[in-house]
Amino acid sequence: MAARPERRAALSRTVEADKRVERTLGACAAGVLALIAVMLVTVLVNAWPSFSANGLSWFGSGGDPVTQFAAMQTDTPLPGHSIDYFRAWPLLWGLLLTTIFAVVIALVISTLAAIFITEFAPTPVRRVLDPVVRLLAGVPSVIYGLVGILAIAPWVNEHLISNARRQSVAYVVQLSGADLTTATLILTVMILPIMIALIANALASVPLSWREGSAALGVNRWRTIQRVSLRGARPAIAAAVVLATARALGEAIMLAMVSGGRPFNANPLDGLTFFFEPVETPATAILKEFGGETGTPVAHAAYALAAVLLFSAALLSFAGWAVRQSMRSYGAV
Amino acid sequence: MSDRDYHPDLPVREHSAPPPPIRRIVVDRHPHVAEPASAGNGTGVAIPGRPATPSLARSAARPPAANVVERMRVESVWLAYGDNWVVRDVSLPVRQGEVLALIGASGSGKTTLLRSLNRLTEITTGAARAGRITLDGADIHEFEVTELRRKVSMVFQQPNPFPMSIFDNVGYALAERPQGRRRRRRSAAIEQAVVDALRRAGLYDEVAENLERSALRLSGGQQQRLCIARALAAEPEVLLLDEPCSALDPISTATIEELIVALRESVAVVIVTHNLQQALRVADHVAFMHLGELVEYGPAEQVFEHPVEQRTRDYVSGAFG
Amino acid sequence: MASTQLLDAPPPGTIARPKRETTAAWPLVDRLCHAVCWITGIGLCLVAAWIVLYMLVKGISALNLKLFVESPAPSLRERQSGGFLDPLIGTFIITAIGVGIAAPVGVGIATWLTEYARPRWLARTVESGIETLAGVPSIVLALFGLLIFARGFFSFLSASTNGGSVSGKSFLAAGLLMAVLALPLIVGTVREALLQLPSRTREASFALGKTRATTIRHVLLPSIRPGIAGGVVLGMGRIIGDTAIIVVMLGAAPKLQGAGGPPLLSTLRGTGSTLTSYVYGFSPAGEGNSPHKAYAAAFVLLMIVLALNALVTRLSRGLSLGSVDWTAKQ
Repeated sequence: MAARPERRAALSRTVEADKRVERTLGACAAGVLALIAVMLVTVLVNAWPSFSANGLSWFGSGGDPVTQFAAMQTDTPLPGHSIDYFRAWPLLWGLLLTTIFAVVIALVISTLAAIFITEFAPTPVRRVLDPVVRLLAGVPSVIYGLVGILAIAPWVNEHLISNARRQSVAYVVQLSGADLTTATLILTVMILPIMIALIANALASVPLSWREGSAALGVNRWRTIQRVSLRGARPAIAAAVVLATARALGEAIMLAMVSGGRPFNANPLDGLTFFFEPVETPATAILKEFGGETGTPVAHAAYALAAVLLFSAALLSFAGWAVRQSMRSYGAV
Repeated sequence: MSDRDYHPDLPVREHSAPPPPIRRIVVDRHPHVAEPASAGNGTGVAIPGRPATPSLARSAARPPAANVVERMRVESVWLAYGDNWVVRDVSLPVRQGEVLALIGASGSGKTTLLRSLNRLTEITTGAARAGRITLDGADIHEFEVTELRRKVSMVFQQPNPFPMSIFDNVGYALAERPQGRRRRRRSAAIEQAVVDALRRAGLYDEVAENLERSALRLSGGQQQRLCIARALAAEPEVLLLDEPCSALDPISTATIEELIVALRESVAVVIVTHNLQQALRVADHVAFMHLGELVEYGPAEQVFEHPVEQRTRDYVSGAFG
Repeated sequence: MASTQLLDAPPPGTIARPKRETTAAWPLVDRLCHAVCWITGIGLCLVAAWIVLYMLVKGISALNLKLFVESPAPSLRERQSGGFLDPLIGTFIITAIGVGIAAPVGVGIATWLTEYARPRWLARTVESGIETLAGVPSIVLALFGLLIFARGFFSFLSASTNGGSVSGKSFLAAGLLMAVLALPLIVGTVREALLQLPSRTREASFALGKTRATTIRHVLLPSIRPGIAGGVVLGMGRIIGDTAIIVVMLGAAPKLQGAGGPPLLSTLRGTGSTLTSYVYGFSPAGEGNSPHKAYAAAFVLLMIVLALNALVTRLSRGLSLGSVDWTAKQ
């Protein structure tokens, strides 16, 4: 049926409009990619002077980053070095320690807690825990930092650090409650709720037919959970680990409030004292030392640290994708 | 229609008119059903209005198994969900060497009865029971439930292989831990048991070249045979099958039915089925349940061809279902 | 064997109601794991209860109505350091700007990803891009923001100091960064909501001769309003809770400071603080002399987050956002 000319014109106008909409929305989406590219480029460009001045030993150790920042801020180079002298290893070491400890501990606790919530908890307990866990997942990190610095750190200081221990390292560093233990503890509590939520969701979604099948084969409830439910929840556990690591890596405010103020190479050989030594991470160093000016050596070092964080975030994203791909093999995804 | 005695010499009467519409039959509780034909020549039951079933029907000349031993006994069992009694006063024997088919319409309680045999009804909260079920003379509620379920295995309606390899699926009940991908770490005993179970289930030839493949990639019929192999791996004494072929195509169904008949020598088999022809093909004894009650129990030929109860006759002839 | 009993007569003899599987007969290892599980669960309950109660107690004890209406005043004494009116306003401004930008853009991107997604390579890359953006730490975003807003053609957005150099810090700048922060959450939620719409809805509209754009505008988006609202509220939660961007992009001054010019624009181009930076500043990590004020502000912040959470739950009740009801009977 031939449409009248006005109708054909109107139709072509709407089709044109449709194409315009598609192009506009597509441009928005591509804008996201442009944003990421610009971010990468500008951060790297501003980080380059610090990297080039220090070479690969930028990642090494050799002094205290806080002192190095102070030198840059007052424009008085440290003896024997250029103004850009920077050694980031204490910060990177602190990042590794806090992140790995927190994620590993949180993984164990969150899996057990998720199993408890979905399998063993009585229904009224479950009904209460569900919104509470969701609420805790949304609490801003500054509040955790506040509770940490006003309640946890003093407690650790008084009860866990003995005077003898304090004196044994007093010539090197001051021990206070703001240290690796407090930081890791609060970081763990911060990343627990989101992990519990993800894993509990996955456990609750395991098909009833698998659990029934396992029970019918004479396998007791715990073994069923361990060998069937957890296996079915593996993709969610992997996703939870990736998400939690990303949050732990980028945490700045809470750690800045509780971590002790001095980058210090916490030394495992110190024995138990290791757990009470202060730590700093790249994020906390940026927060505390960088005032916002651009183009100065301080800025270059700060942007270099930011570049490291950006790179690790991208790496984590890729790792998450890779893990998801490998889990497809057993059809559990 | 009153009870009829079993007369092998009754002539076959041709019934020319088609059966009346279902609605009328249900309302009018006494349909005119033709005399059941004799099964002497083994060509199947002449259900009125339907052509004689082709050679898929079991031959009545199929001999019973060598020795028939009673393994389980259901004694006056009542089962309820909440306050709703879905199984009422049922008593049955379960014997090794024969296949017992539970037939009946939906809601007749046959699946619940099946699940009570391995205490799977306990998974549902609010289940209640009365009566006694014994395995080799001992009350099944005296057993530890996991031990009972290793002796009385179950295969479900929908194939439910676990998200693991074929080997790990079959060896699931045997291994304390998953066996891992490296062959060296597996115990020889478990490997042998897995291969045996796969052979008994008739699946070994199809999967032998790679037992590490994910079980979820098998076809529906293969998955169901895998589940049967998994149930057989622990060498159970009784095998319970809950409508195992209802989700499968005819060829897989035929394969599994042959398998079931072959298995009856070594395990007592109880099968719940909606499909009357299937029950006819595989069963040695048939129990017909209706609304929770055991209406009739007897040898398959008798229940299908010369049923004692009117309700059995109605169901078997397709008057309701 | 046929019985003639009445259909609702109970059985003679004893009726047993079996309980759930007891752990008495499990091997020792399994019983240990079971016990550890219970201990963890109870520990979790206790920790959660402690956190909630602690914040409640400390917060309520420090809270009074005057705090809501007074501006922060510089003072060494806690009694005279004023309230947190300015930070409250700051939080509001930041959230409004952030969500105001992120919501339309996010809905647009999510729509493009589910409805158009041509060419395929672009769609896949954008998806990965959104995921990567979700993982970027907020402090890195803040540093990036400084680069963009302190130099370059965005400098009109923020205040300039007397020396002519642009500080790059303003509500507008911070708001834009907050939009980037909230974007992945909104895109994710709206995408899930769109994917859950049955395809027959779209097919019905196309069969009537409507274009895709019209379908989206008049059919799809209205049906996922709860999903959009849920995503927006999630984004708001993230914006309200972020401190790093505020500290870097908005500076340390607790009071609102305009940048000169017309009133609204002046505030937007000026600096100030939000509840989060206020808490940071007043804790021992900042100037450190008013822990009570910090607790009070933290309490208000917590209440806002709680309210947003409850809102998300209400909104997503009709629409399953991929979360499963743990309280369903097993």
